[in-house]
Amino acid sequence: MDYATLLQVLDTTLRLATPLLLACLAGLYSERAGIFDIGLEGKMLAAAMSAGAVAALTGSAWAGLLAGIGASMLFALLHGIAAITFRGNQLISGVALNFLASGLTVLIAQALFQQGGRTPPLSGPARFNAITLPGAEALRDVPVVGPLYYEVISGHSILVYMAFLIVPLTWWILFRTRFGLRLRAVGENPAAVDTAGISVVGLRFAAVGITGILCGIAGAYMATALQAGFGREMTAGRGYIALAALIFAKWRPVAAMWACLLFGFFQALALRPDVVQAVVQVRVPVPLLDALPYMLTVLVLAGFVGKAIPPRAGGQPYVKER
Amino acid sequence: MVAPADIMGRQETAAPFAIELKGISKAFGPVQANKDINISVPKGTIHGIIGENGAGKSTLMSILYGFYKADSGQILVGGTLTPIPDSQSAIRAGIGMVFQHFKLVQNFTVLENIVLGAEDGALLNTSLGKARRILRELAQEYGLDVDPDALIEDLSVGHQQRVEILKALYRQADILILDEPTGVLTPDEADHLFRILRGLKDQGKTIILITHKLREIMEATDNVSVMRRGTMVATVKTRETSPEQLAELMVGRKVLLEVEKAPAVPGEVVLSVENLRVRDEHGVDRLKGISLDIRAGEILGIAGVAGNGQSDLLAALGGMIKATGRITLNGVDLPLSGAGADGQSRREAGIAHVPEDRHHHGLILDFTAWENVAFGYHNDPKYQKSALFMDNDALRADTEKKMATYDVRPPIATLAAKNFSGGNQQKIVVAREVEQNPDLLLIGQPTRGVDIGAIEFIHKQIVALRDAGKAILLVSVELDEIMSLSDRIAVMFDGQIMGLRDPATTDERELGMLMAGMDGKTAGEAA
Repeated sequence: MDYATLLQVLDTTLRLATPLLLACLAGLYSERAGIFDIGLEGKMLAAAMSAGAVAALTGSAWAGLLAGIGASMLFALLHGIAAITFRGNQLISGVALNFLASGLTVLIAQALFQQGGRTPPLSGPARFNAITLPGAEALRDVPVVGPLYYEVISGHSILVYMAFLIVPLTWWILFRTRFGLRLRAVGENPAAVDTAGISVVGLRFAAVGITGILCGIAGAYMATALQAGFGREMTAGRGYIALAALIFAKWRPVAAMWACLLFGFFQALALRPDVVQAVVQVRVPVPLLDALPYMLTVLVLAGFVGKAIPPRAGGQPYVKER
Repeated sequence: MVAPADIMGRQETAAPFAIELKGISKAFGPVQANKDINISVPKGTIHGIIGENGAGKSTLMSILYGFYKADSGQILVGGTLTPIPDSQSAIRAGIGMVFQHFKLVQNFTVLENIVLGAEDGALLNTSLGKARRILRELAQEYGLDVDPDALIEDLSVGHQQRVEILKALYRQADILILDEPTGVLTPDEADHLFRILRGLKDQGKTIILITHKLREIMEATDNVSVMRRGTMVATVKTRETSPEQLAELMVGRKVLLEVEKAPAVPGEVVLSVENLRVRDEHGVDRLKGISLDIRAGEILGIAGVAGNGQSDLLAALGGMIKATGRITLNGVDLPLSGAGADGQSRREAGIAHVPEDRHHHGLILDFTAWENVAFGYHNDPKYQKSALFMDNDALRADTEKKMATYDVRPPIATLAAKNFSGGNQQKIVVAREVEQNPDLLLIGQPTRGVDIGAIEFIHKQIVALRDAGKAILLVSVELDEIMSLSDRIAVMFDGQIMGLRDPATTDERELGMLMAGMDGKTAGEAA
């Protein structure tokens, strides 16, 4: 594999890792607060459809983004009401919302546009287009570093940069702010938070709300940046892969980024069977390549990466005890 | 009742009270947990609140800490009427609470736990710096030394409790409530705690100590209030009362605190244990080669801080978990794994077992009393009608007989186990096991969560079984119980037996040293 091909694969890796990363960070906030969220997938899907539809109707990618965040937050709110207010089973609530999103998105898209459950193709300002970072053109001819900067780092939509900036931001919020301390505490021992006089319910809803926002951006990115419009089941299990990455990363933001990049890299490889063949000297069937990220997911969930200890109060509704 | 003007007058003249509760009532559905409670705690004193389980102590304190809202009544803090609708208000009013089960975040540092909920501003750095400084001052002032950067999960229980106290002091609590603080401590740690509490009192803090241990009340408090069935039955000066009087007030009748028993007449070895080892599913060695003998007609007490292998010893002997080594009952080898190493086979062999955790291993709470009485003995011929059917009528009749003998209330065999109080549940389990007339009785925490009246009864049954020439292995974290019942005491620490002592010639101090993993000799040299 020559340098140019490697750069192409890495470029694709970044683009494919972005929705995973946003969803993974979304899950991180929720799970760190003790609310398991298997519904990342559904929230992304709802956001993708809403973003695709609104961007098509208004011609504005930003309006699409807002609509995506709104739809995702609505789903997050439902999950919060089920899991926090009514202390329901968090897995069941998440699965139910996934099913709801899966059916509802196609239904609404079909009702609005009559295009087989898709939203119309987006172009121009209705999409988040690639932006060229300052100096990319000038540095292009510098050996090694120039092409890396021009091909891989520069030339993505603003949402990609946003996603990667949210990583240090999340780290800072979690470990350097009062909100982060309380968020981590409520996921580990809500009774400690409660007896300190802080609202467990309030904190958990805040966390679930952030999850909604981030999933919203992830879904909007799928429909208005990575692709040009919404299609049936377009998230293709990314919400679940993001959960696997979250476990892989042991609920830590920077590790989450590396995990998502790894999964993104596998997805990028699946798009370039020729490259894989050149490297391993064997023709690998494309379906096998497609399955790679999912196989990695299974391996991660089966515990091959060492013991991952989830937040201790995860999945348990908080009931005040005597 | 006192007229309002009278109260006003008293406030101005008499020494100020840190806390006054007036006419507090609280009901949970049909259960009246607190009924017209009045209590006044003078500033700078240690005030004990004592009562049986379910007497309403914890409910009262939860009301004081804003966990529950009282149905009626008033709370006065420092003479001012102070409504406490939530914990935040309690903290603001200067009330700090150390719960029985600590409210600490295990993977946070000491500093983070102390700051949680009392941060200065949105960023942590300033809060943590300030907390570190204040912590150092508090450590000097009260002898509350804790490494601020240690993770809670790495601290001993005693140190975790100190963190809870520091949390309250950091929030400038003037009134400190401690709920059953010594349940998880070694005698040494408990002594240290009481030294700290006296230090706090000398600094003008007011301390409310909730406990069911009469000895602690007598040792540590200035005044004591006794609760019984939701009402406050008396408040007395500690030095003007006696444990016997307090026990009588708690239970409502005369109680025998000392266990009356004749000297043991040990016979043949019933149970012999050699090099018993247990490794748990995480690969941790829980028992590291236990060897002991129990003779007919004696009670061997196992003392130790919870979690040092006593539970594993009971479970292995009772056939609940796999083990290696050798055990013989009346000279016959019993399997420690595979076929025959289960609770039912053990019971057939003559080993009865009252498990430590009666809710998980002793009873099925949703099942009726008579069904629970059958468990473990459901294949006993006396309960069979034919090859296929059980004789439920016989079983019910048998249960009713046992309930009568053991004074289980209410004596209704068809009532679900969960509807009995802790003491009555335990009586059902003890009746089931003891009435089978086993050669060996394994009994763990026989009186945990059991009221004084039932404790007295269960202790009598254990002694009676011993006097009938049976062997008894008693495991308890209550040192008093071990000291008063046992004929010999084995102290466990870290999966090993640290030593065997005669209760007549040992004392709590020596046992406490052994429980902390120091053998008697080293302790003697150190002291």
